[in-house]
Amino acid sequence: MDLFLDGFAWIFDPAHLSGPGGIWARIAEQLSYTFGAVAIAAVIAIPLGLWIGHTGRGRDIAVLSSGGLRALPSLGLLIIFALGIGIGFKAPLLTFVILAIPSLLSGAYAGVEAVDKRTVDAARAQGMTEWQVLTKVELPLGLPLLIGGIRSGVLQVVATATLAYFASGGALGVFINDGLKTRDYAELIGASIVVTALALVLEGIFALLQRLFVPRGVTAGQITEVRSRPVRPRAVVGSPIQEGK
Amino acid sequence: MNWVVNNLGLIWSLTLDHVALAVPPIILGFLISIPIGWVANRFHASRGVLLTISGLLYTVPSLPLFIALPAILGTGILDPINVVVGLTIYAVALMVRSVADALAAVDAGVRQAATAMGYSAWQRFWRVEFPLAGPVLLAGLRVVSVSTVSLVSIGSVVGVSSLGYLFLNGLQRNIIEEVASGIVATLVIAVVFDLLLVLAGRVLLPWAKADPTARRARRKTVETAIAGPSAGGSAVDDPAVSDPSMAGR
Amino acid sequence: MFTALKKGRVAALGVIAVSAAVALAGCSSGSSSPLGSSSSGSAAAGTIVIGSQSYYSNEIIAEIYAQALEANGQTVTRKFNIGQRDAYLPALASGEVTLFPEYSGNLLQFYDKATAAVSASDVYAALKTAVPANLEVLDQSEAADQDSYNVTKAFSEANGVTSIADLAKVSNVTLGGNAELATRPYGPPGLLSTYNVTVGFTPIDDSAGPLTLKALLDNTIQVANIYSADPSIGANDLVTLTDPKSLLLASNVVPLINKDAATPAVTDVINKVDASLTTADLVSMNGESVNDKKSSADIAKEWLASKKLF
Repeated sequence: MDLFLDGFAWIFDPAHLSGPGGIWARIAEQLSYTFGAVAIAAVIAIPLGLWIGHTGRGRDIAVLSSGGLRALPSLGLLIIFALGIGIGFKAPLLTFVILAIPSLLSGAYAGVEAVDKRTVDAARAQGMTEWQVLTKVELPLGLPLLIGGIRSGVLQVVATATLAYFASGGALGVFINDGLKTRDYAELIGASIVVTALALVLEGIFALLQRLFVPRGVTAGQITEVRSRPVRPRAVVGSPIQEGK
Repeated sequence: MNWVVNNLGLIWSLTLDHVALAVPPIILGFLISIPIGWVANRFHASRGVLLTISGLLYTVPSLPLFIALPAILGTGILDPINVVVGLTIYAVALMVRSVADALAAVDAGVRQAATAMGYSAWQRFWRVEFPLAGPVLLAGLRVVSVSTVSLVSIGSVVGVSSLGYLFLNGLQRNIIEEVASGIVATLVIAVVFDLLLVLAGRVLLPWAKADPTARRARRKTVETAIAGPSAGGSAVDDPAVSDPSMAGR
Repeated sequence: MFTALKKGRVAALGVIAVSAAVALAGCSSGSSSPLGSSSSGSAAAGTIVIGSQSYYSNEIIAEIYAQALEANGQTVTRKFNIGQRDAYLPALASGEVTLFPEYSGNLLQFYDKATAAVSASDVYAALKTAVPANLEVLDQSEAADQDSYNVTKAFSEANGVTSIADLAKVSNVTLGGNAELATRPYGPPGLLSTYNVTVGFTPIDDSAGPLTLKALLDNTIQVANIYSADPSIGANDLVTLTDPKSLLLASNVVPLINKDAATPAVTDVINKVDASLTTADLVSMNGESVNDKKSSADIAKEWLASKKLF
């Protein structure tokens, strides 16, 4: 536990907090990577995912390629990009965009696909154009899964952005690397606590967003109590065994 | 390509090291998650707490974890056990939710039928609930497998041999083929593991394909996994969505 | 039917378990691989565990030691690519690793930050007393690979900079090097106290590899800490700044060994190797690694053959 106390002491040492290389500045870098990468990934992946979900075309290719992208080791990717581009923020940003794409892509197409086909047919029967079907029916109804995809992308990038230091890209990994190289465990643990806290805060914000922005009545992807009441022997004796249905 | 041809032996031996580091966490993570997931599912009050804690574990950055573990475990700094333990923690963090969801998705009627047939709680779990939860468990295990395989490389930064060596060494020597071969080898391992898991699923869970309820349940879990529950879900990144077996749904 | 199914399942589980076990066994038998085993803890009696930094040039020297010892009947385990000094010295003290190719000046500064030794012989003498009780250094080689500050030829000519002291007349100079340089006595703090030179610092963690070089060449940084035996200095026409006040210590290759492993059978072999190794050898071997992309094992083998050792 001393290790953790040292870590907290490191965080709250005023000398570490401010300044160009201070904790606040590194947090800002970490967040810039996170939101920058997810925003770029969103521009690429969300329209593509919506199109795939809406038309059903290219689904298998999307599935395969996003599966493949997920298995790419971020460290290797970052190093390849850094060797090509040089040091700075570009190579890490590119790596994190690729990291975020699969979550966003699958969130978008799974969201559209999860919409009840009868609802979509009803919308068409009412004379909606395909564009209207997508924007007025499928998108709002698929929103929980779409936001879920964004959230999962954000969390992945915020946890991985610590690798940016490999390309001299700053962010909180700088402290982790310094702590590692000089065996300053307080710095190491302190920086890790900051990263974890950042992830938790983002997690909380997204949980809130999901509640705020999802139209009332939409249940796709919402956590429902799938679990039935505990089965007890009495159920066998009693009449309807429709628990959990 | 010349570098690759001349160093096939090195790539192969690092691939074996990589596999050796990846397999134990996947298996251990699965085994450890079963009782925790069971408790999370069985006792309603514990669900939120357990899932939040496991989600929190997943947000701990890997590099510091690999370094902090020797201090906690009393192992050597270069001991591969540190990496194995660290990856097992991530595997558990991902898997607990899958286990809880998988068990929750087992039809209550089936459970009651099993009870009616005279199964004890223990028998019911192993003979009915666990096998029926199989397809969703498998989906979760595939996520764990991909994530573990790609995380092993970080261990190289703390001196534990894996394909990550090719990244660091290739960086210093400016040999792009070396870094690229590390990436490709990692991808190959991930794909092979995934195929093995799918194959194991076909053999062990012959009912999965036939049972529409299970397929529905799996789909449900997948959706929850993407959207994430409101209470402290983990950064689950879910290839289960990309489960090709669902393509023809 | 039920039992048949169950048997099938058990059998399949068995197959999976066995294949996993085989995979594991395959891996542990891979310990003779160039990168060594994943085995842990202290070395078995009689086995020399050779470590190396995560620096390709250091790995070549470690590989030379390993092959030389093997040629003399020793059992060797390779544990290469172990981070930096701060990470591996504890492993050496605990016996997880028993032999390590080191660099005298940098090692001395690790143990004695305030050391006044500068010349190779002073450094070596000081180092002998500075290492912990259960470690010892063997004979130092004449081959040196030390930190050096380098600028591009264009920068040198434009600003009239040929020595570290000259940097004081240039403003907005950024130094690039491994992250730990920021706190090393010869890093920015030493530049300020010894030369009154103020520099910015950009950590680039590739041990003076291609990222550092690229940053220097495209003027992202103006001064790069590059090890003196690095072939890129000559290949890119870099100007190594002179060090009139001896901020940078001489740093010669020197083996650091755990005393438990320092039997004459081992130390004689290593001392013989070090006596034959020169700075020129280091530069050319590094070039073979970076330019010809040869493996450290091949480079070591060729060097041993060319020196007619063992």
